[in-house]
Amino acid sequence: MNKRTHSAPRRRGLSFLLDAPYVLWSALFIVIPLVIVVFYSFTDAEDNFTFENISAISNYGTTIRISIEYSVIATLITLVISYPFAYFMTKTSANAQRTQMLLVMLPMWMNLLIRTYAWMNILEKNGIINRFIMLLGGDPLKLLGTPAAVIFGMVYNYLPYMILPIYTVMSKLDPSLLDAASDLGSNAFQRILRVIFPLSVPGVVSGVAMVFVPSISTFYISQKLGSGKILLIGDTVERFIKTSYNYNMGAALSLLLMVIILVCMFVMNRFSSDDEEIVV
Amino acid sequence: MENNIIIELKNISVSFDGEKILDSIDLYIRDKEFVTLLGPSGCGKTTTLRIIGGFLQPEGGEVIFDGKKINGVPAYKRQVNTIFQRYALFPHLNVFDNVAFGLKVRKVPKNVIADKVAEMLELVNLKGFDKRKVSSLSGGQQQRVAIARALAIDPKVLLLDEPLAALDLKLRKDMQNELKNIQQKLGITFIYVTHDQEEALSMSDTIVVMDSGKIQQIGSPTDVYNEPKNAFVADFIGESNILDGVMLRDKFVRFAGADFVCVDSGYSTNENVDVVIRPEDVDVVSPEKAMLRGDVTNVTFKGVYYEIIVDIKGFKWMIQTTRFYEVGQTIGLSIEPNAIHIMKKSEYSGKFGDYSSFSEEYDTLDVNTEEEEDTETQKIDDETEEGLSVE
Repeated sequence: MNKRTHSAPRRRGLSFLLDAPYVLWSALFIVIPLVIVVFYSFTDAEDNFTFENISAISNYGTTIRISIEYSVIATLITLVISYPFAYFMTKTSANAQRTQMLLVMLPMWMNLLIRTYAWMNILEKNGIINRFIMLLGGDPLKLLGTPAAVIFGMVYNYLPYMILPIYTVMSKLDPSLLDAASDLGSNAFQRILRVIFPLSVPGVVSGVAMVFVPSISTFYISQKLGSGKILLIGDTVERFIKTSYNYNMGAALSLLLMVIILVCMFVMNRFSSDDEEIVV
Repeated sequence: MENNIIIELKNISVSFDGEKILDSIDLYIRDKEFVTLLGPSGCGKTTTLRIIGGFLQPEGGEVIFDGKKINGVPAYKRQVNTIFQRYALFPHLNVFDNVAFGLKVRKVPKNVIADKVAEMLELVNLKGFDKRKVSSLSGGQQQRVAIARALAIDPKVLLLDEPLAALDLKLRKDMQNELKNIQQKLGITFIYVTHDQEEALSMSDTIVVMDSGKIQQIGSPTDVYNEPKNAFVADFIGESNILDGVMLRDKFVRFAGADFVCVDSGYSTNENVDVVIRPEDVDVVSPEKAMLRGDVTNVTFKGVYYEIIVDIKGFKWMIQTTRFYEVGQTIGLSIEPNAIHIMKKSEYSGKFGDYSSFSEEYDTLDVNTEEEEDTETQKIDDETEEGLSVE
């Protein structure tokens, strides 16, 4: 303790130098863009201050509702798939774990756009699935352009981001804690409920954040797998900026997206650090 | 009551990757007994404990608890609880919830849980620590929580896997007494695993000395110290000079080039034996009156006594004496008949009991362990401070 306080003043000059590039970077690429977004949100095309963009957000109620709905559903499905997957993964041998990890990561080596195009081909009217169904004598299904396809796209693309943090937390779990739990009389189910789950909450929280955030802000998945019929907040922002050159409205919706995400993160963080808050 | 056997292991064998970890272990443990499994790391003592706890299934043999075979019974159904080496406290629960864990699993009514937890925390001197986070506790306090947690569900047998290994010397001694007191107060069986012979000697009713998957000796602390069965036991428990000897006839043995009167009998004439002489049982006398003579090659001050190494005809003896002798000095040794212990030859003969390798090598090992202990010292500091503030 003493050492730290002693050396702090001496290091200050050096640490300022070392920090400078990062401070500069954050200012250039995080703070300034944010300020610009806020500026555009509260101005019109002639740079005059206005609340019009913000109040116009209410016209996009449905878009906002389905964006939240789809990303929440996608996050929940991802969680339901990933949690048991990560759990059983930790039960296998070290070699099997490495292989499974590789398989989970493998799709991420390919670009998101390419993967999504591939799914368009699989799901479309004359795609592999429908051709197979027709081969068996069935009627082709309408797969592309449905909410299910969009949600599927989100789950498929962001699944690794859920599995990885949960797996990391679970694999670090001290096995003697599970021995202790059995020793004190808990069966397999009680061990999961009372020890494994509570201790894996941090992994779940970061997994949820890492899936929910890109899901709610996606525009590409919804455009391609929704066949342009399903508009999420991301699509709407893209349209304003690319098609109608209405930067102000695009910025306002982006700001809204940011607020939604910040609120979610805040709630999640409260949830994960609950334990400490009560005790300390 | 004394002979009420609670746990019996019959012909237990375990191997891992083709290597035998336990080789036909037979052991019975009486109710309310303090039994210590003592041996070096890798001797199979922890494996034995895990078999009793139900964390490991033996490949062969029977585990019998209270007269019933429990081989297939999972850990959570056994009336046996464990104190784990690193305590294994639940980091997401506070002290109260850790201690209450077993009771909650058993769906005990809330008010009963509260009473029981309070009683247990009082037993381990942690009254008022209920709401503390376990990570904020010192090593000693975490140890106490682990004890309270295991005892809260009234086990018939408590298994302790090197519970004091992570504590510093002073705290370890205090906890030894405390554990012994708790065991006597509650009247339950303790099966204690350690590699620390001093700990085993001072706490146990019965010591089970193990090495390479086999039980070497079972006996009371005085038995295993005074009457070790083979060179391994003699060397592992306390310091020993172990020499090759020949039993000339009953109560008469030859070693180190001289003949001695001893108290052992029942060996055949001229049988080769191992002779054990404890360093504290050797008297230093003037060379003229001595049975053996040798030159001092090393002197170490140990506080209460000096530990000297004496070279007698090429064999280095360790001797503990309260008087100082200089290196190079020739001294005489005298050995009383009852200080000589005779053992049959075994696979361990010739492997232990010569102090010729007793040199710098050991000193460097000592330095390392001391450094490790330094980091622990902070923990006692915390411990004593917190202890004071509570009282």
